[in-house]
Amino acid sequence: MLSMNLEGLEMIAVLVVVVLFVKVLEQFGLLESGYDDSVEDELELSAVRHRPEGLEQLEAQTRFSRKELQILYRGFKNECPSGVVNEDTFKDIYAQFFPQGDASTYAHFLFNAFDTDHNGSVSFEDFVMGLSILLRGTVQEKLNWAFNLYDINKDGYITKEEMLDIMKAIYDMMGKCTYPVLKEETPRQHVEVFFQKMDKNKDGVVTIDEFIDCCQNDENIMRSMHLFENVL
Amino acid sequence: MAAGVAAWLPFARAAAIGWMPVANLPMPVAPAEKNKRQDELIILNVSGRRFQTWRNTLDRYPDTLLGSSEKEFFYNEETKEYFFDRDPDVFRSVLNFYRTGKLHYPRYECISSYDEELAFFGIVPEIIGDCCYEEYKDRKRENAERLMDDQEDNKDAKLPNMTFRETMWRAFENPHTSTMALVFYYVTGFFIAVSVITNVVETVPCGSAPNQKEVPCGERYTVAFFCMDTACVMIFTVEYLMRLFAAPSRYRFMRSVMSIIDVVAILPYYIGLVMTDNEDVSGAFVTLRVFRVFRIFKFSRHSQGLRILGYTLKSCASELGFLLFSLTMAIIIFATVMFYAEKGSSSSKFTSIPASFWYTIVTMTTLGYGDMVPKTIAGKIFGSICSLSGVLVIALPVPVIVSNFSRIYHQNQRADKRRAQKVQKARLARIRISKTGSSNAFLHSKRNGLFNEALELTQLPYKMNLSDQGSTEDEKRLSKSTSLLESQHHHLLHCLEKTTNHEFVDEQYYQQSYLEGGLQNYPSRSPSLSSQDGVTGTCCTRRTKKHHTPLPNASAPAHMQPLTHTHTHPQGLQELSTIHIQPLSTSRSSLNMRVDEPAPLNCQSSQITTAIISIPTPPVTTPEGDAHLPAGPAHQNVVKVSAL
Repeated sequence: MLSMNLEGLEMIAVLVVVVLFVKVLEQFGLLESGYDDSVEDELELSAVRHRPEGLEQLEAQTRFSRKELQILYRGFKNECPSGVVNEDTFKDIYAQFFPQGDASTYAHFLFNAFDTDHNGSVSFEDFVMGLSILLRGTVQEKLNWAFNLYDINKDGYITKEEMLDIMKAIYDMMGKCTYPVLKEETPRQHVEVFFQKMDKNKDGVVTIDEFIDCCQNDENIMRSMHLFENVL
Repeated sequence: MAAGVAAWLPFARAAAIGWMPVANLPMPVAPAEKNKRQDELIILNVSGRRFQTWRNTLDRYPDTLLGSSEKEFFYNEETKEYFFDRDPDVFRSVLNFYRTGKLHYPRYECISSYDEELAFFGIVPEIIGDCCYEEYKDRKRENAERLMDDQEDNKDAKLPNMTFRETMWRAFENPHTSTMALVFYYVTGFFIAVSVITNVVETVPCGSAPNQKEVPCGERYTVAFFCMDTACVMIFTVEYLMRLFAAPSRYRFMRSVMSIIDVVAILPYYIGLVMTDNEDVSGAFVTLRVFRVFRIFKFSRHSQGLRILGYTLKSCASELGFLLFSLTMAIIIFATVMFYAEKGSSSSKFTSIPASFWYTIVTMTTLGYGDMVPKTIAGKIFGSICSLSGVLVIALPVPVIVSNFSRIYHQNQRADKRRAQKVQKARLARIRISKTGSSNAFLHSKRNGLFNEALELTQLPYKMNLSDQGSTEDEKRLSKSTSLLESQHHHLLHCLEKTTNHEFVDEQYYQQSYLEGGLQNYPSRSPSLSSQDGVTGTCCTRRTKKHHTPLPNASAPAHMQPLTHTHTHPQGLQELSTIHIQPLSTSRSSLNMRVDEPAPLNCQSSQITTAIISIPTPPVTTPEGDAHLPAGPAHQNVVKVSAL
């Protein structure tokens, strides 16, 4: 009979040896470990690939010419080889144009405005349709688009909170180094001015009709709508 | 802005419409797009390989060659493409930079050629992408080290105006430059060895008288050892003082490692001289003797390998530090464990944790002296784990140190090989031969050209006839064989001659007229030819007997002929001695002319084949006369207008 008086440290020593032994067996595959790693890891699909509709269809749906669509697609595909833009890439791209400030919030709103089918990614069709409106659409369509952008929850009304979010996002893009120095209440003041102008019936929200009416009566806004028409 | 993102600028501008309704102020006018043309393909023909890309792609980087109007210089009207006579393989990377916005460095490309291409296309190498930047930097560093090595080779060359002090310093630093330095080098090495051996033998027990216990040799032959020590220290002191005197920057020299070692090596002796009588500090005096062993470090001046080892250890300081740290950690852990494991056993040597340190160190380095062994089971188990982990911990940082050492060692090997005389000689020989060829050809054609000229000058009335008859067959043949490039080159040299009113001649002629000119006080600056300077004059003394007119007429080559076989130079001018050819001005020096021996002694052909540059082949000589014909540096101005 083995009468081993195992003292404390000897116990620990034996334990260590046993653990090492088990590990060695595992390495040799003779002993299966407790749970398997999920097989799904291997089957993880890489990025989604998307191919846009044909050139003719896009030509029909948008107001771009064939050549313009070609140029647009080449630029698009260069930056997003997988064919779709997800929100992070979108934010990165947009942030490159505004190095001084933080463009991520505004990019988020833009992304939602472009992502018309709300599937979390902007495909080339979405992209080109949005651009078509912005660059070649009628003033009405442009104003519609802008309203859509401001209306964050897409319920047809712009509330002060939504407008404040948008305003803060726009001011964020400016960054810190501005003249005159940006103050905390600047966005809020700007929102007040906006609402004073737009909210005709003073019910605290701006509807699409109020918005369009007001904009059409404003010379500056009308003029600026035509500003980027020859961008492409 | 990245190239790809530039394509999204229209989108960003369009999205700005989102700001318009909230704006209170009018917007600025958009910049007008002048000549908004459709995007077109442009063809870039690089050494025959055609690359095509959109014009807009190239316009992304307007501060490079392809992006700016600079490329218009390369536009080929007939083929309507841009032609660049450059390497098409490297151009691939360049064009990809425009396309993707990232510049990659292909590993198989030579770093200098890549840099040149980048410089040509106006691209700054710093924008190489992160993926390739490390590789690029490594290659660049290696290249720079190689260039530095080459420069060090050139530094060895003796400068003409060196003071005695500078000469001495140079002799100390590079022993192979002169015989004196070599002698000094070996003498000091010998004395270092003697000193070290003395120190060692001092402690060996010599045979002793039967009734006395064994004494070390040092105490038996005190006087002898003292004399040896004195001699060595004197030599070292003299050496140190001489080095101190010769050093260009004494302060920096005194701070350098080698000089500190020197000082530490000789100081104990002097301190010992001072303190011999004081009993109190004799213990410290004994300790000082230990420092005498530092003399062995003086060998590092003599051994390249030692220096490399030292340098390697210095450069691997972080790995060594890590090794030390991890070892310390492991030692403490295992010592603690062993102590507590062995606490129970009786008569255990593991009396305390610090006492267990010794066991741990001996076990981890797999020495295993056996003076301390665990007796309990737990102790044995942990002891075996300790030795296994010791092997691992030590094995990890060692390869890093080894690879560092290997790299530095190979670099030094390469530098040494290049410095070796043979390679140097061969390389310089190749250069000389190539220069020979060209100047040969020049003189060659010049002779024939001058034939024509002389003929024209002297036979003006017959000029018409001459042109009708044409030149001799020889000249005809020769003139055909010169290519356009050669003739242009020759024309250039000819222009130079006309400009300076001096001429290129071959050596024989030079020797002749030099001696006739009798420039005895020509300072000799030929490096390391002190033993061979006198030679050049000897042969020419013979020449003076001959008289010849310096006219380059048809007889000239033949005239030179009889001279050549008497003209002999022994072993002379094996180094590059710049014998200043007589009718030259300073501008000639820029052509790097060097005189040589009449390498081909066969002057049967009427063409002068001696060049101005070549390796001298040593013909036999009979040294007589001692007219010194020293080799002059290129910048000496010997003005003797030839009648040519």
